[in-house]
Amino acid sequence: MRNLVKSYLPAIATIKAKQEYRGEKIASGWEWTVKLIFTLSGFIAAIAANIFVKQIADVEIKSYNVGAFLLTFNDLYRLVLLAIILLYAAIGIFSYFDPGRRAKFISRAPFRLAVGIGLAVWDILGTKLLLLPQPFFPGPAKILEAFLIESGFIYENMLYSLRLFFVGFTLGVIFGIGTGILIGWFPKVYYWVYPVLKLTGVIPAVAWMPFALTLFPTPFSAAAFLIVICAWFSIAALTAQGIQSTPKWQFEVAKTLGAKTPYLVFRVAVPHAMPQIFTGISNANGFAFTTLVMAEMMGQPGGLGYYINLSKVWSAYYKVYASILVMAVLFSIIMKIIAFIRAYMLRWQKGWVKE
Amino acid sequence: MSRNLSAADIILRIENVNRTYYDNSDNHVEALSNINLNVYRGEFLSIIGSSGCGKTTLLRLIAGLDKPESGSLILDGEQITGPDPERGYVFQHGGLFQWLTVEKNIATGLKARHVYRENKEKVKNFIELIGLNGFEKAFPHQISGGMAQRVAIARALINNPKLLLLDEPMGALDSFTRADIQDKLLQLHRENNTTMILVTHDVDEAIYLSDRVVIMTPRPGKISEIMEIGLSHPRHRGGSEFLSIRRSILEKLQLASAMPQPEYNI
Repeated sequence: MRNLVKSYLPAIATIKAKQEYRGEKIASGWEWTVKLIFTLSGFIAAIAANIFVKQIADVEIKSYNVGAFLLTFNDLYRLVLLAIILLYAAIGIFSYFDPGRRAKFISRAPFRLAVGIGLAVWDILGTKLLLLPQPFFPGPAKILEAFLIESGFIYENMLYSLRLFFVGFTLGVIFGIGTGILIGWFPKVYYWVYPVLKLTGVIPAVAWMPFALTLFPTPFSAAAFLIVICAWFSIAALTAQGIQSTPKWQFEVAKTLGAKTPYLVFRVAVPHAMPQIFTGISNANGFAFTTLVMAEMMGQPGGLGYYINLSKVWSAYYKVYASILVMAVLFSIIMKIIAFIRAYMLRWQKGWVKE
Repeated sequence: MSRNLSAADIILRIENVNRTYYDNSDNHVEALSNINLNVYRGEFLSIIGSSGCGKTTLLRLIAGLDKPESGSLILDGEQITGPDPERGYVFQHGGLFQWLTVEKNIATGLKARHVYRENKEKVKNFIELIGLNGFEKAFPHQISGGMAQRVAIARALINNPKLLLLDEPMGALDSFTRADIQDKLLQLHRENNTTMILVTHDVDEAIYLSDRVVIMTPRPGKISEIMEIGLSHPRHRGGSEFLSIRRSILEKLQLASAMPQPEYNI
């Protein structure tokens, strides 16, 4: 450990010098310690509130068999909080060795403290005292009960959504870039197709739901179709714009080097359009989440949207929240992955590369 | 330098070339008017003139990026009809592809002609030749303007062109980098024996590099004079012969400007 720290020290010194040069403040070890305690204490307070505040309101707390253990929703809630604490402790310690990461960790500490305290207050009001209108606003621990009751079912629905998104979005990206290239490259295609694209592009994809359900053999393919068209429009329009805005000199350079049309399209125009293509993909990503959930709520045999609908019928609002929680995590991860691919593909752009 | 130039040594023949640009109103600009020029194999030719004299237009016609209204451009007995890798072109601003690394930019010509696989070594050689070892994986925005121009020159030369056309490639560089690239160009010219045509508005540069300097005048763009630079290499920019050639070109450029100019005697 000592050697590890030692080997880091010169690196820290150079980064420190760089930051000083840029006029940035360097967080001291002392500040880091305080902010680590800040980060963790909120969640510790949430656990403490759950353990030590007496259950005053009359709430039925059932135990569920999880493997060899009997767990109540309070147990699961504490376990989740403990996992968060351990995770942040690990991130905090890891960040100590890099001034950049350290600064980032420190800057987010107050927010994390607020989240922890917020959870504690919510727990007390929602579960311990039952002061919030029920069943619409269950406490945080109660929401986790959904996972104790039917984690397998939630998991299945999550996979359904994931599959639907993956199939629809991938096809949407492929068709979108494909038609975008055609529209951008051939003036004839632009003339005949672009107005149609512009007109139909403003229509929310779910409006096609009645047709989709009758035209496609399965509900899955119907919903996939909706996601395809919602991704398609935005990506095709931006790809076409990107292709058309390629400066003439770039084609001239390639031509004097012996390039023929396929090279001009796929090695000059498409790479030049890549930043715009990714803007299209990011936009489409947001539309696709909306379309996905709405399609699932309107007639799918599975998916997180379907799960929300099903739970609402039984007034099991804590399950609705559970589904929303899964969506938040899942969609964030998908967006992170797309952002990561984008950063890699556009690493040639100025400003993307960090010193 | 004594040269015995004969018709057999002519690589490019430009005959009675005219090019006029029209805009939306009835205005038109005679960019090139009755241009006749022979370029000899292996020579370094500069075209110099004030802006608007049509020198870049002429270079674009040779590259095949533009077409003459009348007249013909004949390279080794064949009419120029469009761009071709046998005529390398270096753009004013380098024109590197921002999304390709130095290495891949240089390899563009090989990849475009589908001969990359058998010529991989060539890319390495050129990187060495232009002194960019260690920058193979760098993107254009990460290297200096001088480096970028060297990459652009290497990229044009990798196809072994009969002609290398240079459109003010050093125009935007500081004087040290400029001198450095000029020497690099001379070295490449000597080693590959490529015929080079340079468009510039820098008189010193033209004298330093060229075997012949073509002086052009604007409105309409035409050739006013072709000067033979008989100095041996390496040339000294401060040498008396150099300076006298410089003076005479400047005089000609001034005389050549068709519009009557007010004179300032200081």
